[in-house]
Amino acid sequence: MAKHRAELLVNLVIALALPAAALTAWALGESFYVSLVSRVAILALAGVGLNLALGYGGMVSFGHAAFFGLGAYAAGIFAFHAFDGTPVISWPIQIMGAASMPVGWLAAIVVAGLAALAIGAISLRTSGVYFIMITLAFAQMLYYLAVSIPTYGGADGLILYLRSGFPGLDSSDDLTFFALCYALLMLAIFITWRIAGSRFGMALRGASRNEERLAAVGISPYPIKLVAFCISAMITAVAGALFAELVGFVSPTLMAWKMSGEILIFVILGGVGRLYAPIIGAAIFILLETLIGGITDRWQFVLGLVLLGVVLFARGGVMGALTGRARHV
Amino acid sequence: MSDALLSLRGLNKTFGALKATDDVSLDVASDEIHVIIGPNGAGKSTLIAQVAGALKPDSGSVLLSDEDVTRLGVPARARRGLARTFQVSSLIANFSALANVSLAVQSHQGSSFRLWRSASRDSRLREPAQEALSRVGMAATRCDIPVDELSHGERRQVELAVALALQPRLMLLDEPMAGLGGQDCINMTAVLKRLRGECAILLVEHDMDAVFALADRISVLVYGRVIASGTPQEIRASREVQEAYLGN
Repeated sequence: MAKHRAELLVNLVIALALPAAALTAWALGESFYVSLVSRVAILALAGVGLNLALGYGGMVSFGHAAFFGLGAYAAGIFAFHAFDGTPVISWPIQIMGAASMPVGWLAAIVVAGLAALAIGAISLRTSGVYFIMITLAFAQMLYYLAVSIPTYGGADGLILYLRSGFPGLDSSDDLTFFALCYALLMLAIFITWRIAGSRFGMALRGASRNEERLAAVGISPYPIKLVAFCISAMITAVAGALFAELVGFVSPTLMAWKMSGEILIFVILGGVGRLYAPIIGAAIFILLETLIGGITDRWQFVLGLVLLGVVLFARGGVMGALTGRARHV
Repeated sequence: MSDALLSLRGLNKTFGALKATDDVSLDVASDEIHVIIGPNGAGKSTLIAQVAGALKPDSGSVLLSDEDVTRLGVPARARRGLARTFQVSSLIANFSALANVSLAVQSHQGSSFRLWRSASRDSRLREPAQEALSRVGMAATRCDIPVDELSHGERRQVELAVALALQPRLMLLDEPMAGLGGQDCINMTAVLKRLRGECAILLVEHDMDAVFALADRISVLVYGRVIASGTPQEIRASREVQEAYLGN
């Protein structure tokens, strides 16, 4: 139980570190650093999404950038059409653009959910290396699709001139925007926690460890994993939508394989299958990028070393090193 | 129509030139313990896999209560009341015994798509799981330990509890005594004996003491063929079986 308490304590520290950092930066009048903390929260959210598939379902998706990018485009396209005064689609029903964050999030969730249903339905017929390669292939397909649509900027991407609004809040304020990102991050962690502990979560963990056993008790692993894959994609898509609002720019590179790799790194650095771990992973990533990236363009060399060290010496990621092995169920 | 719970009709399965299952037909009545014996390589595990649904036969059919389940996969057959244990323990390693059994309980209750309520605090899962574990003689103090920290004998018990929790009509037990020591073996035999009449059991076993203590009927499998089938007395007396298998 001591370890259990250690994990709760570490989780609490991680959860409080983000708002503490954002508030400190805000109090010092450093709005750049407030945005930087928002960036950590958003990337962590993308990692929380992947963690549901990877950490609890054992699905090593190398294509979550597709969902991150789809979320970004969904939000970006709604904002773009609102600016333009044109409908997003006009058939079978007309949907007008909207410069509203909740609308963008909803669009991200719907689009990514449908994409994940299609991608997962095919990819989950394979496993292991083939699953990794197929998810990668789908993400690259979407990447090239985005490059080839001139309406939305093609390879140049789509610039969003104004951050979309949120009812009752001034979303253009950096601290308010951070609060929104942080609230969604905590909500996603809460949802993951509930799902992981539910009957569905038990079946999902069972599927990741021993599909043969799960089938033998009469539970088909495939639909369980597919549903988890879709939820995972939806969470990552919301992160993409927030990212678009943060940087005011959407480009196909958000869907490129490098982004998929980065989301994987957040999860693996922090600790696979640990609720709060993606925050640690994303924070380390951004810290290295900011601190060492300011000195040299080769900062990813250091990232590689850190990743190597964590994988070799702390099998459960940073979280595992701090609190030991994940609790069994 | 027969009153058999499980009927195998003319099953054939070949792997390359090897005929692993050769025209096997047998019936298991709803209240009997039917034991399959045979030397190593006789095709017992292949046969079990075809009954469970993990392997599709090349020809022939598998009937469960007169329903043709030949084309159904493992999960669908399990939901129809066919529970199996594995020759080599196949549990979910980082789950406790209770969690392993709970998975079978929730499958039986048809509720694996509940995404919100906590499973570990759900008495509708815990109580039946706990009951199944105590029926196989699992010490209550050992139920919350991850199964990879349990002894081999305990893991065999958990395997059986998982099968029991499905409230099966037919249990398919692939060498439940494998690797068990003397006392564990006696305990397992006693547990299986108590299940007689509750559900049908198709058992593959090498331990002859257990076989003759449990069996209502025995089928002898040699080179994929059933060479004899009958009561323990008939099998013991059969010259053919003596020559092929029992030795001397």
